[in-house]
Amino acid sequence: MSEDLVNIEVDGIPLKAKKGTMLIRVTDEAGIRIPRFCYHDKLSVAANCRMCLVEVEKAPKPMPACATPVAEGMRVWTRSPKALAAQKATMEFLLINHPLDCPVCDQGGECELQDVSMGYGEGISRYSEAKRAVKDKDIGPLIATEMTRCIHCTRCVRFGEEIAGLRELGATGRGEFMEIGTFVEKSVTSELSGNVIDLCPVGALTAKPSRFTYRAWELVQHASVAPHDGVGSNIHLHTYNGRVMRVVPRHNEAVNETWISDRDRFSYTGLGAADRLTAPMIREGDQWVTTDWETALTRVVEGLRGQPAEACGALLSPQASVEELYLAQQWLRGLGVRNLDHRLRQSDFSDQDRAPLFPYLGDALEALEQTRACLLVGSEIRKDQPLAGHRLRKAALGGARVMAINPRQVPFNFPVAETVSADPRGMVLALAGVARAALERAGRTAPEGFKALLQAARTDETVRAMAQALAEGEGARVLLGVQAHAHPHFALLRALAGLVCETTGATLGYLPDGGNGAGAWLAGAVAHRGPAGESLDAAGQTPDQWLQPGLKGCLLLNVEPDMDCEDPARVMKALGSAAFVAALTPFAGEALKRVAHVLLPVATFAETSGTYVNVEGRWQSVAGAAQPPGETRPAWKVLRVLGNMSGLEGFEYLSSEEVRDALKDRLRAAGVEGFDTVYRHDGASLAVPEASRGLQRIGAVGPYGVDSLVRRAAPLQATQDAGAHALARIHPRQARSLGLEEGDQVEVRQEGLSARLPLALDEAIPEGCLWLPVGVAATRHLGRSHGAVELNKV
Amino acid sequence: MAGNPTQRKSDVLNAHVRAEIDDWLSRYPQDQRQSAVLGALRAVQHEHGHLTTELMDAVADYIGMPEIAVYEVASFYSMFELEPVGRHTISVCTNVSCMLRGADQILAHLEQRLGIRLGETTPDGRFFLKREEECLAACCGAPMMQVDHVYYEHLTPEKVDEILDSLE
Repeated sequence: MSEDLVNIEVDGIPLKAKKGTMLIRVTDEAGIRIPRFCYHDKLSVAANCRMCLVEVEKAPKPMPACATPVAEGMRVWTRSPKALAAQKATMEFLLINHPLDCPVCDQGGECELQDVSMGYGEGISRYSEAKRAVKDKDIGPLIATEMTRCIHCTRCVRFGEEIAGLRELGATGRGEFMEIGTFVEKSVTSELSGNVIDLCPVGALTAKPSRFTYRAWELVQHASVAPHDGVGSNIHLHTYNGRVMRVVPRHNEAVNETWISDRDRFSYTGLGAADRLTAPMIREGDQWVTTDWETALTRVVEGLRGQPAEACGALLSPQASVEELYLAQQWLRGLGVRNLDHRLRQSDFSDQDRAPLFPYLGDALEALEQTRACLLVGSEIRKDQPLAGHRLRKAALGGARVMAINPRQVPFNFPVAETVSADPRGMVLALAGVARAALERAGRTAPEGFKALLQAARTDETVRAMAQALAEGEGARVLLGVQAHAHPHFALLRALAGLVCETTGATLGYLPDGGNGAGAWLAGAVAHRGPAGESLDAAGQTPDQWLQPGLKGCLLLNVEPDMDCEDPARVMKALGSAAFVAALTPFAGEALKRVAHVLLPVATFAETSGTYVNVEGRWQSVAGAAQPPGETRPAWKVLRVLGNMSGLEGFEYLSSEEVRDALKDRLRAAGVEGFDTVYRHDGASLAVPEASRGLQRIGAVGPYGVDSLVRRAAPLQATQDAGAHALARIHPRQARSLGLEEGDQVEVRQEGLSARLPLALDEAIPEGCLWLPVGVAATRHLGRSHGAVELNKV
Repeated sequence: MAGNPTQRKSDVLNAHVRAEIDDWLSRYPQDQRQSAVLGALRAVQHEHGHLTTELMDAVADYIGMPEIAVYEVASFYSMFELEPVGRHTISVCTNVSCMLRGADQILAHLEQRLGIRLGETTPDGRFFLKREEECLAACCGAPMMQVDHVYYEHLTPEKVDEILDSLE
């Protein structure tokens, strides 16, 4: 170790550094500030802005600190007359073509160019000739461009290539005519694209939804956590007069590094949606009337009390905080309501008793980078959990074999090894094939119960290669993604994944939907377990069982029943027939207004304190940042009051921290310390799924359909990802045999229900399947997300 | 990429161009396929006269590199034409040696005879008077011009007429 270290001296300060490290990294760590534009810690070195020139002993010319490796005995001066002259000259060159109108620029006040020119530039410009002007580009609804301000640092270009894995921006032309852009008119489509806004050191790339609506110095910064996926990206909410004006990443190397997804960045734009609920409302006949909290709360308590508890249920959002979910289940169970769940999109609960304490990734997020082989089952990780996808991408670029068994061929932004795309039955048989190949390799016989399944398994080169990679790859993993959790045979997938892991030594991991899926399990927001995984005297029914006609009463916590649930048609029907439905919700959506009897306005993640547990089991507590609109109250307070009004004990919490600590105490009391994902099948015979007849529906929630807030974020809904997700998709050969063409308006029929939407031809869809999106308006009147459907041209 | 890949963007490249690109690809290591982009673009331009976005996308698809990276290369080099141009490309050298030997008169003669300005194409699509080239390393034969890939040296207006007449 010590022989790798070299001694250098910077501005007279002796420093030790690893040989070959770039000088700027060493000075940054030592707190010696060298100005820079193109250098970024997470990107490759371009050394094209020349701002970081410093004087190095024995070097005839100033050297760029970002591209100068340290060597023994090196002596550097960052503020010597020679260094300063070079920096000043660079600054002058950069400002030749840069507009000097900071007061009208959106970046003004937080501009690296402005800051550095204050420190290193001249007060006046010697340049009196014409400046160049560059036409602005339209690169989509999220990023505004003002390309005359661009100083060609190429951070955005390198970000696309190195981090997003999707090279969309480039430097075209040369010399005076060089421009950064897409060259052809197109939107950038990366799910991480918004990060170039932070990377851009000048005002060339700024946030389109928020530009010109504030000045950076007017904003108040609040630390928070994004609730839209299981990564729990750390963010800063920037508020002005209590309103969230924008969201930027908060650096946390272990979670999101320095990036956030576009979903986490722009979801705040839905906070002020037109249907935001600002006061409690009750239904009087066919009319919705605004009322006060006391009336509304009394109505809720009495309404639920008036129904037999066993005929009542509750749907709780997997985006809700730990505190909200814990109090909700305390209150409901206190009332005797046992049917409560956050697993809104799940349809197969048959193995829930053997489920782990919570759907755990199996390791730290950072460990995904070290895996040498990873099998994704039902996971579009790149769009579902973009920053977990980024970790896996790093592993893949390092040579890891990433494989997938998915309903459709997912576009990856990194090299992938074997992939299978198949209908639900085909996915099971493919994973069974991996299990069978793994057993054969290990020379083991199939455990009890698997015989029939392995007999029917797919046997080909692909599944054998998958088994081999998992058996040989260090730190191998099998990850069950969002679509595995929604799979009609989730239990079979889990049993097989468990067997594959047991046989190959791979680690099983979960990547469920929701920002707090893990927290929901820990808080006891499942029918069959209490908080801390405690067993219950009497388990409740699963949502597929109780969300049926005959339902009497229901509570919805930030759930839009036609968008957030498996089989929206059945859920809406059940709710429609219930005598009493209450919803705690930030938004008064159309569906809620149709089925609910009381609407209680509750705060979103940005407006209340709360805790979210991510897929690695990391508890992250945040404080409320924005002012909740109107009469809106934090949901945890509403639930606490409901508990008090119901005459229940143990609802005396004064802060959300107390609620959280109460749950932590229960975890401690239950002896929960470590956790794992080891899953062993109980030996019962597993049946081969029946072959299905006709066109099979497959589909999933798109990245911008995951929750009520994201669905109301207009800029996200204007993206290509959202647009591409609102289509029915079918393989071109299948379309030809049905006489259908790209862009046709089609009618989809499913068990007497129908929906109309445009058709896209897509080779990524297996033949025999029809991809229908979930969580979009077009399909909210349909039923199960799987099963037979008919397709006709309108 | 997903979407609709029933047709590939590289389908527009004909067998001849594909053979040329394959030849370039064979000269570089497997993991350095993008090195062939210059040769590929030259082959495509030779075949089609100029580079359209469609053709550049085809090259990107064929080589397997991002489209924007092909645009970067094509827009950087002045030898690539991104707009339609005439069949014959005429580049007159006006650098020091040629200038001293009367390149300006040669250029003026060309402009007058063809009825177009520098950077324009004749209406019949026959000639393209390319933006002037810098030194083409034929100072000993100054003044000179390059028509398509051929050097013509010791130019006089009469000689220019002769050359132009001999071209289709």
